[in-house]
Amino acid sequence: MRKEALIRWLFLGTAALSIVISALIVLTLARETFTFVTQVDLSSLWSEGWFPRRDLYDIRTLFAGSVLVTLVAMVVAAPLGMGAAVYLAEYARPRVRRALKPILEILAGIPSVVLGFFALTWISPEIVQRMNDEAALFNLMAAGIGVGLLVTPLVASIAEDAMKSVPTALREASYGMGARKVTTAVRVVIPASISGLVAAFILGISRAIGETMVVAIAAGASGGSLFSMNVFERGQTMTAAMASMAGGTDAVKGAGLTFQSLFFVGMMLFLLTLLLNMVAGRFVRRVRQKY
Amino acid sequence: MNAASRTLTSSPEIVRARLQGRRFDAAGFFFRLLLLAAMFVTLGLLALLLFDVVSGGWGVISTRLGDFLTGKLGITAARAGISQGLRGTFFIGVFVVAIAFPLGVGAAIYLEEYAPHSRLTRFIDVNIRNLAGVPSVVYGLLGFAIFVKALRFVTGPESNGATVISAGLTLAVLVLPIVIITSAEALRAVPDSLREAGFGVGATRWEVVRSHVLPYAGPGILTGTVLSLARALGEAAPLILVGATTGYLSEGAGYSLASLQERFTAMPIIIYTWAGRPQPGFQEATAAAIVVLLVVVLLANTVAILLRNRYEKRR
Repeated sequence: MRKEALIRWLFLGTAALSIVISALIVLTLARETFTFVTQVDLSSLWSEGWFPRRDLYDIRTLFAGSVLVTLVAMVVAAPLGMGAAVYLAEYARPRVRRALKPILEILAGIPSVVLGFFALTWISPEIVQRMNDEAALFNLMAAGIGVGLLVTPLVASIAEDAMKSVPTALREASYGMGARKVTTAVRVVIPASISGLVAAFILGISRAIGETMVVAIAAGASGGSLFSMNVFERGQTMTAAMASMAGGTDAVKGAGLTFQSLFFVGMMLFLLTLLLNMVAGRFVRRVRQKY
Repeated sequence: MNAASRTLTSSPEIVRARLQGRRFDAAGFFFRLLLLAAMFVTLGLLALLLFDVVSGGWGVISTRLGDFLTGKLGITAARAGISQGLRGTFFIGVFVVAIAFPLGVGAAIYLEEYAPHSRLTRFIDVNIRNLAGVPSVVYGLLGFAIFVKALRFVTGPESNGATVISAGLTLAVLVLPIVIITSAEALRAVPDSLREAGFGVGATRWEVVRSHVLPYAGPGILTGTVLSLARALGEAAPLILVGATTGYLSEGAGYSLASLQERFTAMPIIIYTWAGRPQPGFQEATAAAIVVLLVVVLLANTVAILLRNRYEKRR
């Protein structure tokens, strides 16, 4: 019996480790963020751009970059992901579905550096620069499309799960009334699974905001960036700014509060994605309770 | 005439058309077309990506694959190799397997088999779900503060802590929540009758878990862990934060234990650095490095997915 109790405590320890990790994340972020907020010249948080090495920490620049990239990403990922999900859940025959789902999962497994390279070498010249010939090679649009492609399988998979959890009886009732397939999908299945679809969308946004490497490779502006709302120009997001600050041959270099600003941006990113994930979790639970 | 109408009515499409009064279902047709378009644009872009990378790297792969795999990073693209990146990625994989897998499976066993329905259990569960959604750069900050700075005396005092030990530990922490969630799902799929049969003959909980639940859930757990390993091998952002580099690497860094405390690089870092180099030849070298990384990552993913589909079908 002693052995049983020991094993139980061992497993409890491994489970409790996740709480320790969370606490450490919050503590390390909070400590340096506090130093940054108390020591930084507050006017530099609202200046012409994000240049940590010149003590200019305009957070609008990073927010604007993140919002633009996420917007472009969701314009790509929402129709593609939702469309693929409706097709897989409602239209595809079992055999087709069994063949297509693994391919989507493989797409989900492609490392983000690879999508970054693809965004820079193919999406930027072949799509973005054809849309607008004045676009720079490094631009936020290409990065956004790359992030969108990365997020598509995630959106598709969560949305498909939600639609699959709608009971068949609802579909049969709809067919029994003489409704067409498209009517059943649009008027019955989609409204019935709407919470799950919203959750898929929000989790997609959260993932897009947190994506680093695609933007770091394809959006350029590694040294810093002026405030800009032009998606065809170079730019920086919260995540890419962190990667470029930490890049180079030594861990973190720079003058003044550069090091602390890294944690400050990290803290904002952490809180933002946590909020989005919690909201999405609430929507997912609503689907589970319903059926 | 008679035979023709019989084959016609046997087809579900015809039945549907008859029920709907034989009108052409334009809205349904276009909706279906739209969905197919979404599916094919997604798959088409995936195919394009693979084609773009393979054709870009083909020059390097077809002419000097051996040199490329065994060579070292260099100033010129024509002679650059990725052996140091493969070494870093290999060690990161070892750390993830050795640390994240046992801890993650252990936590999953606790949550699914031992945990009472208490507030603490709920809190741990919610906490793990939230951890899984934390962006990978933030894990990089954690790794930097804990493994690189605070635990520098263990991870590598000579290299300021920016070693493959720090990187491996950071990525092990990063995939831990994913390992827990996927393993817990596999354990949840084990039928309760199996456990009850074990308890019925007087087995203790650990005996039931060890000899009945774990073997049954094994393939599912393996799938989840392999997927999270693939995720770890492809991550770059946290490695940048913990100080991965492509310069100042020791020449002789081999696979010895002492070399763990030296500066390091990894495949995704090489790809990130090379992708930004304007000098001629680096685009091809980057594409070739991507092909190597994709072979490793996608092979792991495919094996895991096939394994899962096979066992799902059997049940």
